[in-house]
Amino acid sequence: MASHAQTLTAADADRFHMTEEHHPENGTLLGFWIYLMSDCLIFAVLFAAYAVLGRNYAAGPSGADLFELPVVAVNTGLLLFSSITYGFAMLSAQAGRKTPTLVWLAITGLFGAGFLTLELTEFAHLIHEGAGPQRSAFLSSFFTLVGTHGLHVTFGIIWLVTLMVQVGQRGLDEAMRRRLMCLSMFWHFLDVIWIGVFSFVYLLGALK
Amino acid sequence: MRPNHPPDRYSPMQALKKIAVAPLLLALGGCKMVVMNPSGDIAAQQRDLIIIATVLMLLIIVPVIILTLLFAWKYRRSNEAAKYDPDWHHSTRLEIVIWAAPLVIITILGAVTWTSTHLLDPYRPLDRIAPGRAAATKPLKVQVVALDWKWLFIYPELGIATVNELAAPVDTPIDFDLTSSSVMNSFYVPALAGQIYAMPGMRTQLHAVINKPGEYEGFSANYSGAGFSDMRFKFHGLSQADFQQWARDVRGGKGELNRSVYLVLEKPSQKTPVQRFASVDRDLFDAAVNRCVEPGKMCQHDMMRIDAAGGLGMAGVYNVTTLEYDKRVRRGEGGLRAFVAALCAPPKATTASVAR
Amino acid sequence: MSPDLVKFLFGRLTWDAIPFHEPILLATFAVVALGGVAVLGLLTYYKAWGYLWREWLTSVDHKKIGVMYIILAIVMLLRGFADALMMRAQQAIAFGDHAGYLPPHHYDQIFTAHGVIMIFFVAMPLVTGLMNLVVPLQIGARDVAFPFLNNFSFWMTVGGAVTVMLSLFVGEFARTGWLAYPPLSNLAYSPDVGVDYYIWALQVAGVGTTLSGINLIVTIIKMRAPGLSLMKMPVFTWTSLCTNVLIVATFPILTATLALLTADRYLYTNFFTNDFGGNPMMYVNLIWIWGHPEVYILILPAFGVFSEVVSTFCGKRLFGYSSMVYATVVITILSYLVWLHHFFTMGSGASVNSFFGITTMIISIPTGAKIFNWLFTMYRGRIRFETPMLWTVGFMVTFVIGGMTGVLLAVPPADFVLHNSLFLIAHFHNVIIGGVVFGMFAGINYWFPKAFGFKLNSFWGKVSFWCWLVGFWVAFAPLYVLGLMGVTRRLNHFEDPSLQIWFVIAAIGAVIILFGILAFLVQIIVSIRDREALRDVTGDPWGGRTLEWATSSPPPAYNFAFTPVIHQIDAWWDMKQRGYERPTSGFIPIHMPANTGAGVVLAGISTVLGFAMIWHIWWLAALSFVALIASTIVHTFNFKRDYYIPAEEVVRVEDERTQALRSLA
Repeated sequence: MASHAQTLTAADADRFHMTEEHHPENGTLLGFWIYLMSDCLIFAVLFAAYAVLGRNYAAGPSGADLFELPVVAVNTGLLLFSSITYGFAMLSAQAGRKTPTLVWLAITGLFGAGFLTLELTEFAHLIHEGAGPQRSAFLSSFFTLVGTHGLHVTFGIIWLVTLMVQVGQRGLDEAMRRRLMCLSMFWHFLDVIWIGVFSFVYLLGALK
Repeated sequence: MRPNHPPDRYSPMQALKKIAVAPLLLALGGCKMVVMNPSGDIAAQQRDLIIIATVLMLLIIVPVIILTLLFAWKYRRSNEAAKYDPDWHHSTRLEIVIWAAPLVIITILGAVTWTSTHLLDPYRPLDRIAPGRAAATKPLKVQVVALDWKWLFIYPELGIATVNELAAPVDTPIDFDLTSSSVMNSFYVPALAGQIYAMPGMRTQLHAVINKPGEYEGFSANYSGAGFSDMRFKFHGLSQADFQQWARDVRGGKGELNRSVYLVLEKPSQKTPVQRFASVDRDLFDAAVNRCVEPGKMCQHDMMRIDAAGGLGMAGVYNVTTLEYDKRVRRGEGGLRAFVAALCAPPKATTASVAR
Repeated sequence: MSPDLVKFLFGRLTWDAIPFHEPILLATFAVVALGGVAVLGLLTYYKAWGYLWREWLTSVDHKKIGVMYIILAIVMLLRGFADALMMRAQQAIAFGDHAGYLPPHHYDQIFTAHGVIMIFFVAMPLVTGLMNLVVPLQIGARDVAFPFLNNFSFWMTVGGAVTVMLSLFVGEFARTGWLAYPPLSNLAYSPDVGVDYYIWALQVAGVGTTLSGINLIVTIIKMRAPGLSLMKMPVFTWTSLCTNVLIVATFPILTATLALLTADRYLYTNFFTNDFGGNPMMYVNLIWIWGHPEVYILILPAFGVFSEVVSTFCGKRLFGYSSMVYATVVITILSYLVWLHHFFTMGSGASVNSFFGITTMIISIPTGAKIFNWLFTMYRGRIRFETPMLWTVGFMVTFVIGGMTGVLLAVPPADFVLHNSLFLIAHFHNVIIGGVVFGMFAGINYWFPKAFGFKLNSFWGKVSFWCWLVGFWVAFAPLYVLGLMGVTRRLNHFEDPSLQIWFVIAAIGAVIILFGILAFLVQIIVSIRDREALRDVTGDPWGGRTLEWATSSPPPAYNFAFTPVIHQIDAWWDMKQRGYERPTSGFIPIHMPANTGAGVVLAGISTVLGFAMIWHIWWLAALSFVALIASTIVHTFNFKRDYYIPAEEVVRVEDERTQALRSLA
């Protein structure tokens, strides 16, 4: 049934109730999109905190001293490729091909795991060098911003594995395609956030 | 208003009568309403603003209240004589009026706000000490440090300091510089001028003048912990001669406020009595603002200069020492806190070494 | 057991955390425990556990969830108001050498808890509860867009409330004021569990609030009945939409801000510390970027209630519907541009202060327009002074004063002398009690017959109203005066004995409000007792105008047997005018969401997680975190989330109503 929240058909003109069952449009995608916007605000606060505190090194090391751009570039590449592979998964899912969907999802998950591994290695290295989140407000805001993004990726991977199991069980029915679509939005959203982190934190930080 | 009546003699009915006369008192400025009847020029201008804004708004508020009660009475269901028009729900002319009327008031009030906010900006040095009297005398400088839970006043030009006692000559502009040693407080002497926050690591300013001699109440207007309620002091507005005498008395007394005395004074205490110091370390306020009264701790202005030059690099990672006696310990709650150690080199050399 | 093992098992939780030496707390605990045992006993005696679990706790029915929110709010109101009475009593006696009966250690917790509870666990659940109850009915929907999420949101709110209540008996609450400004709230100055209780209570409840906001936005956007275009929506639905947009656009800011404070307290980061480059002012900015829109989150639905009530009881279409809607939207947008007016006194420049002062004043223009719209709805109406209308008129005369003092506080130089004073306290209670609370009581009295099928007793309703109105003015007019006498807020005791009379009057006012609350409880009890006499069979006891009055009271689980088709503003009025006849045949099966216990489980685990974090019981925190993720995943494997109400069942329910209506005629 078409959406008829705004416009009435000629048949509705002089009746006050429907005689057939009314199925409003499914609101999951809209709801999830609104959720993403609320999540975006959380990142906005973290970016704002970084903008305010990002140069407060407390006479400690700065981004230029700490960031290793080649590693971050590889990381960015991993995440961007994972978005592309997720796109392929969605194409397969829309075509109703279960196995390719699962394969592409698995590749996406591996890219995500690779990203996380590199990020955790970087964190461990920084903390080992004494540049942990306690050292300065700059490092606090850096770890929190990047770490929150990493936490999102972690949840994204858990979600992705769950969906793979469910697709394996149920195939690509409407509910599963909707769930894949939600995760797709989530995954691309994290990509967009990462581009912000990469340019705003790493590139600008390394330039200084 | 007879304030000294024991409270138990007041029945609710009498209380209601009090309420009825309250607006009247308000209009009259009330005998003890210090905000409506202050003794300093800044506070007086702020009071005037309250009255202007209130009167402006009453132009709308009073008709609204009257109309509400009138309509409620007139269009009650039992009043069959009143006109009933169930479909009347729109009138362009009326809609324009109901949006325009508040708009006009707010436009006027907005203009008043813009000018008065700039004129009464606490950071702006005074250009008058009273209506029609320009500020001619040199201002008195007072440095204020909010401690847990008392006020420290330093008179840098007089070389003296006091705790929980503030004095100033009448008709002389006073320039306050304020900071705090631990948490946020707000410095407020209602008779003198509006309040301004005193915050750790930050320096705020207030310019004011007292016009009548007298003893006034001052206190912290922002909750700051257990001893907050007793964080009060007396502000003495004194004649020029009396003030000179007061300053001589302080200077002739005992006590020297140096860094180590300050560090003891800074420890949390409640209901602290008035203290006077005949001499004071001239850099103390600066050190308090920059959070480096403790020996060996890096001052914030040094830290900011180093940070502006890009930090100290990986070498700075370990330039951190544990603060032996932080407020946590002072408040009896254990635990040590770290701080950034001062560099051993003198300030000039520091600048040179970081200019990479 | 070795001390290390004890520390591992219980973190910093020790017997010292239990307030055995506090008679007030022990007595409170005894009362709560006895009450709890009595309730549990009654439930067991009447074998009501199964009913309660199946029909209420696991229900995804928006009406039941709405009712549960309101019950939660009323319970928490009693706690929050007890705090208020204790503060008023302390301030009425603590003069000169008399220190009062509450030392700062307790008093400071009480005013913090009062603010937190009243805003987050009274006002918010009242607002969310009413929106849940009414919005789907007003738009002709069968439920909200995400029924399970709705149940989960409610239980998260309960989880937050439970956490706050726990702090009363295990450990202590924050001593920081309701917004917990650092550095005071940071580890260095508040190392004990109080601030952690504050943080985790708000985080757990905040998740619920955000999700409920998303849910209601999607509900209003996607689930409106055919023909119900945006500009035909009832004003309450409009204000709900704007409120939920504000919720979604601000609560994440609160969540993030508190998360940063959490990081400072648990991971020793330096966001809001004094040293190492931290910036406490950033917290103040962030918290008010949430905090100011929050007050509009509360007041907008109240405005919506007044709009519905005034047009119903004046028997007249709302005057200036469009300008009402635009005013609401303008307020929604402007509420983001005013946050700095909460700290003019922190040293911002004159231009910044004037900007935020003027934007604040501008909000009074659409608000003023709204007041005029209600006023001219009364003009040439036929006003029935039922209880909801009394609250509305009481609101109109009370709220404008609060609005006026608010604009006064928006003038920065005036704020310099009034900031943090009791004048400010009087102002925001003037708008929150005079606006939000009056609005919620109007709403409860107005929609109670819809939710339960019988009206509330009007005598006790009127007693409650007059006690609240008179009590409010007696309690807060003295605070206005005290503010002008230069008395600041949160003081534990005073030196100047001449102030005492005003505090005594204020305490008397608080007692009058107490009678208002008691009268409200009596009103509910009396109404339940007399429910047959108060019964409303029509489903439309007030001569209503909007769609919720078109169905029976209480509405069937599916709300409307057939989805209504809307042609005009005030759809039900339109239907009545045009001789609409209720369908009595042709019923079909109805697709409905199924109940689930997942919400209770997930929220329960979240509360345990919060508790473990507060007390540093790391193993329990880790365990509950894993359990939370695992239960969520398990829940996603449940694909059977809906069912069909068979046509016979619909026929049975509708026939019953047909019979009832016929017996009425």
